[in-house]
Amino acid sequence: MPLEIRSLVKRFGTGPDAREVVRGLDLKLERGECFALLGPNGAGKTTTLRCALGLAEASAGSILLCGLPVPAQARQARARVGVVPQTDSLDPDFTCAENLVVFAGYFGIPERDIRPRVPELLAFAGLEGKDNARIQSLSGGMKRRLTLARALVNKPELLILDEPTTGLDPQARHLIWERLRRLTAEGTTILLTTHFMDEAERLAHRLAILDNGRLLAQGSPREVIAAHIEPQVVEVFGDWTGEGATSGAAAWAARHADALSRRCEISGETAFCYTDDAAPLLAHLAHQPGLRTLHRPANLEDVFLKLTGRELRD
Amino acid sequence: MPHVTAHFGPPRLSLSFLAVWRRNFLVWKKLALPSIVGNLADPVIYMLGLGYGLGLLVPEVEGVSYIAFLAGGTLAYSTMNAATFEALYSGFSRMHVQKTWEAIMNAPIALDDIVAAELVWAASKSCLAGVAILAVIAAFGFTASPLALAAIPVVFLTGLCFAALGLIMTALAPSYDFFMYYFTLFITPMTLLSGVFFPQGQLPDSVQLIASALPLSHAVSLIRPLLLGQVPAQIGLHLGVLVLITVLAFWLALGLTRRRLLK
Repeated sequence: MPLEIRSLVKRFGTGPDAREVVRGLDLKLERGECFALLGPNGAGKTTTLRCALGLAEASAGSILLCGLPVPAQARQARARVGVVPQTDSLDPDFTCAENLVVFAGYFGIPERDIRPRVPELLAFAGLEGKDNARIQSLSGGMKRRLTLARALVNKPELLILDEPTTGLDPQARHLIWERLRRLTAEGTTILLTTHFMDEAERLAHRLAILDNGRLLAQGSPREVIAAHIEPQVVEVFGDWTGEGATSGAAAWAARHADALSRRCEISGETAFCYTDDAAPLLAHLAHQPGLRTLHRPANLEDVFLKLTGRELRD
Repeated sequence: MPHVTAHFGPPRLSLSFLAVWRRNFLVWKKLALPSIVGNLADPVIYMLGLGYGLGLLVPEVEGVSYIAFLAGGTLAYSTMNAATFEALYSGFSRMHVQKTWEAIMNAPIALDDIVAAELVWAASKSCLAGVAILAVIAAFGFTASPLALAAIPVVFLTGLCFAALGLIMTALAPSYDFFMYYFTLFITPMTLLSGVFFPQGQLPDSVQLIASALPLSHAVSLIRPLLLGQVPAQIGLHLGVLVLITVLAFWLALGLTRRRLLK
């Protein structure tokens, strides 16, 4: 099994000042799957990854990485894992090709073995012919792609990516997604953290939603949506001029939403009405002057916001 | 507090530190000439300027010309400076700014090996600079003894000692500005007190006592006689102190670095 985490607890500090960042987390990755760990900033995603790699010591719980106990055999385990960290850590003193060759050296891979693979790795990252390009000359997207190529020098069984597409433009995101799908098709297991719901919905076979160090939901994207939220969403917004007053969607919701939907959340100027059958709600809304509506199936973002709340995290 | 003691446990080292040392060497190789010239120019200019300038006023020190006296001190303090700069500024860049250490830790290399590689690398770089300075000293004829070659391993040990001390600062530094304190409060006074520019016997007795405990004093006490073709007195004591400081400082630097990065 690529990764098995049991009852992971991670505390920072001691005594009354201690902060518990991960609180009893269980996670099991199946070989060849893409697993997404979702959570708002500060949910414990990166800390969980650091513990899994043996870079932070767990306060309690057990971790098996590529079948090896962490931290006891973390180094041997990491030899079979590739990591794309959140922040850029390419070596600015080296060219693209040198970055790959030197990094392979950290795995004990001699230069004569890695040199012939450099063109193939750069091509995989969409960086054909950039062998001698300096890191400073690369765009943010190119750097992230080179970091992906760097994570593959040891042909990892498990690839761990911490927010791989944060800060990238749509073109770069789509290229990364396509490459990650290719890797899972070839049998590489992928664990990624993200707070982009579309990324998780597109890529992940299974996902888990993490907040305050606890898993709130786990399963395939469809399962998680089906288990945690009503299937239909009607977003209501605009100026409500019915019933004698000019006011917003919130005023409308206060009077009518409870009767017409299972659950209604107000966020800013918009009322999100969750329901099993939207027909009566839509029929009612058709006669409300000033209000506009958007009817759509519930998605992962709805689940995420339901489970983790709508208030800002940082 | 189990975590605190765990951070300060004994180093667990492996040969994989060589891959990290090699990384630093490959970067250095790209800019080897400017690097050597940079490490060489300053001490050589000081040595020649002070040596010939002050040398006119000070005809002889401890039985040799002032510039020959100064040569050994110059080699010792420039080694200290080169190792210190590398461990502080370059080490901090790799640890904090470029996240190079973070990238390496994702590979099968432990932090202990990375810190050890930085230690040995900073000493290696200071030794390369030291050899260049020694060559200049020999070219000017300020040393003629084959014993001067024995100064090279002492230079390396001096580099290790100051690299280890520097890595303590790097582990504690919030930013580059922090290093200014280390230079003004530790390195510069030590340079003046360690017998680099004048014999320590010139200092008041009470200051002499402190001065003789400074690591640079021990390096000077070994390097200067070797350059003058003499076997240093109390070799064991001086080597022992340098080794002891290296070991203790490395152990402390490693513990502080673990505390900083492994959380």
